[in-house]
Amino acid sequence: MDSREEILAALRRAAPPDPGLPSEPVRGTPYADLALQLAEAVRAVGGAFQRVPDAAALREGVAALAARLEARRVVSRVPEAGAGTAGAAEVADPHQLEGVDLAVIPGRFAVAENGAVWVAGEDLGHRAVFVIAQHLALVVPAAEIVNDLHEAYARIRFDGPGFGLFVAGPSKTADIEQALVIGAHGARSCTVFLVG
Amino acid sequence: MTGHAERAARFAADEPRAHWHDQALWFVRLKRDRMAAAVPEWEALRERAAAVKAHARARLADYLEQFEREATRRGLRVHWARDADEHNAIVHRILSERGVTRVVKSKSMLTEECHLNPYLAARGIEVVDTDLGERIVQLAGEPPSHIVLPAIHKKKEEIGELFHRTLGTAAGASDPTYLTQAARAHLREKFLAAQAGLTGVNFAIAETGGIVVCTNEGNADMGTHLPPLHVACMGVEKIVPRLADLSVFLRLLARSATGQPVTTYTTHFHAPRPGGELHVVIVDNGRSRLLAEEGFRGALACIRCGACMNTCPVFRRSGGYSYAWTIPGPIGSVLAPGRDPVAHGSLPFASSLCGSCDAVCPVKIPLHDQLLARRREVVRAGGQPLAKRLAMRVGGWVLRHRALYEVAGRLARLALRRLPRALLYGRWNAWGRQRELPAAPAESFRDAWRRTRGDGRG
Repeated sequence: MDSREEILAALRRAAPPDPGLPSEPVRGTPYADLALQLAEAVRAVGGAFQRVPDAAALREGVAALAARLEARRVVSRVPEAGAGTAGAAEVADPHQLEGVDLAVIPGRFAVAENGAVWVAGEDLGHRAVFVIAQHLALVVPAAEIVNDLHEAYARIRFDGPGFGLFVAGPSKTADIEQALVIGAHGARSCTVFLVG
Repeated sequence: MTGHAERAARFAADEPRAHWHDQALWFVRLKRDRMAAAVPEWEALRERAAAVKAHARARLADYLEQFEREATRRGLRVHWARDADEHNAIVHRILSERGVTRVVKSKSMLTEECHLNPYLAARGIEVVDTDLGERIVQLAGEPPSHIVLPAIHKKKEEIGELFHRTLGTAAGASDPTYLTQAARAHLREKFLAAQAGLTGVNFAIAETGGIVVCTNEGNADMGTHLPPLHVACMGVEKIVPRLADLSVFLRLLARSATGQPVTTYTTHFHAPRPGGELHVVIVDNGRSRLLAEEGFRGALACIRCGACMNTCPVFRRSGGYSYAWTIPGPIGSVLAPGRDPVAHGSLPFASSLCGSCDAVCPVKIPLHDQLLARRREVVRAGGQPLAKRLAMRVGGWVLRHRALYEVAGRLARLALRRLPRALLYGRWNAWGRQRELPAAPAESFRDAWRRTRGDGRG
């Protein structure tokens, strides 16, 4: 018997009676003002939050952010937010993204309870772009805010590139004496632009 | 034989440090409390998480097969390992067949349990731990002392000194931001040079055949999106049935672990990256044996949040190393004796049975019941020191004989009143080492009853 068969047989022999799988959906507590709660949650996880009325204001906001960060190399995966630096995104190997100062990434939706933004693999080009960039901007339409993770998972599918993640604020660590330090390995800052 | 108490005594001997360790973990516990209190449906989430895990346990083989089927369909490659040796050999084969000699790894308690790093190092493969806390203990040549906060036992001055020696940071520098930035620069080089990324698995989803990895630092993402090869190692118990079940576990995990509403990066892998490979190694290593143990199988629900450690009055005052096991604290004290009740026999006794661990456990593992049950097993297996075995035997004998019990009581009351302190609190009296013995009452309950006939007017 190979290992696979042996493990499965051992698990079947040891299996307790099945209490059944709860099927009714879990419900969270709805927020009165989703955008307000989202803004609060994004700040609570160390991110910055900026609401902009339209694409023009988004472009301005992203340009101002890039200027403030003194970003020379900017990758934009959001055409409405500006084109980014010429050629920055069109690299063959993700290692060539080292040195990107700011990545502007579309978020499919944001989660009000925890400030997380769902980023779909098909929107990224190279998967590494959101984590290798020194700073991150996430662009989310104002209509796309869900209450909590229960609502979030009702929307998530893994077709296409089969990759996606929640990003909640900048990279962080508290491994040295529980002191919070922003910018562990990934983005040193994370700005959520809510558009509309 | 050295047990938890002896190792804990060494930790506690440095009183200021033990106090600092206690406070650092209590701080995390309080953050967790604030988060839990802010979610009105917290208890319902715990109930649901426990119910989903109980169901998954009963159908583990089916769900693993479903996971394998779905994962394979999506281009992942699934491997099966009975034990640590087989796990290590599989990972090594995947790496060596592709000529890999430089690997970056994000946190995985399973690979710690299997001692993967030394196995690969002995075969010429450099493994760099990339979680900051894990890198710190790796550079120091130590194992993690906590599953979520691997370097919680180290002070920033010690880390500064370590980084000065190993990474060339300024002598005497101990600012956490400065040290973290130095580690960022050092590890970025490692990320860019790595030929493969190893990770653990927080959740594997049977329904969709994908895996989820959670980090705050982004090290799992840096480690897996750059090189073309990703190897993820998981215990059989990491399975959840449906994608939607993740909402329950993810709402609980980070809040319980570090007091955050969610981890910074919660990455869902459902396909290798274009042109790359994604291997998942499914490991038993004693888990099917634990599943067969009726009183303890509930421990398989553990999602490794570390909340039971942060709240445990014994863990906070004795440090992770006093457990001498990969997973310390209350959950480790349940798991380790299942492997070897004699070698780890002291661990279930490293508890006041206060039940605080049960109260914070996000998946409602009845830890203190299990600790008590493990004690019984350890005693049966002869894993108790001779002095304790003798004391229990004599105690049992006295309690079975009424006359003897009465005489013993009289003698004890007399001794407590008359004997000099030096004798009462001698080396033989472990109980009296840190606390006062009770004041001896003038008469026993039995005497009082005889005198008053129980009319309460005594």
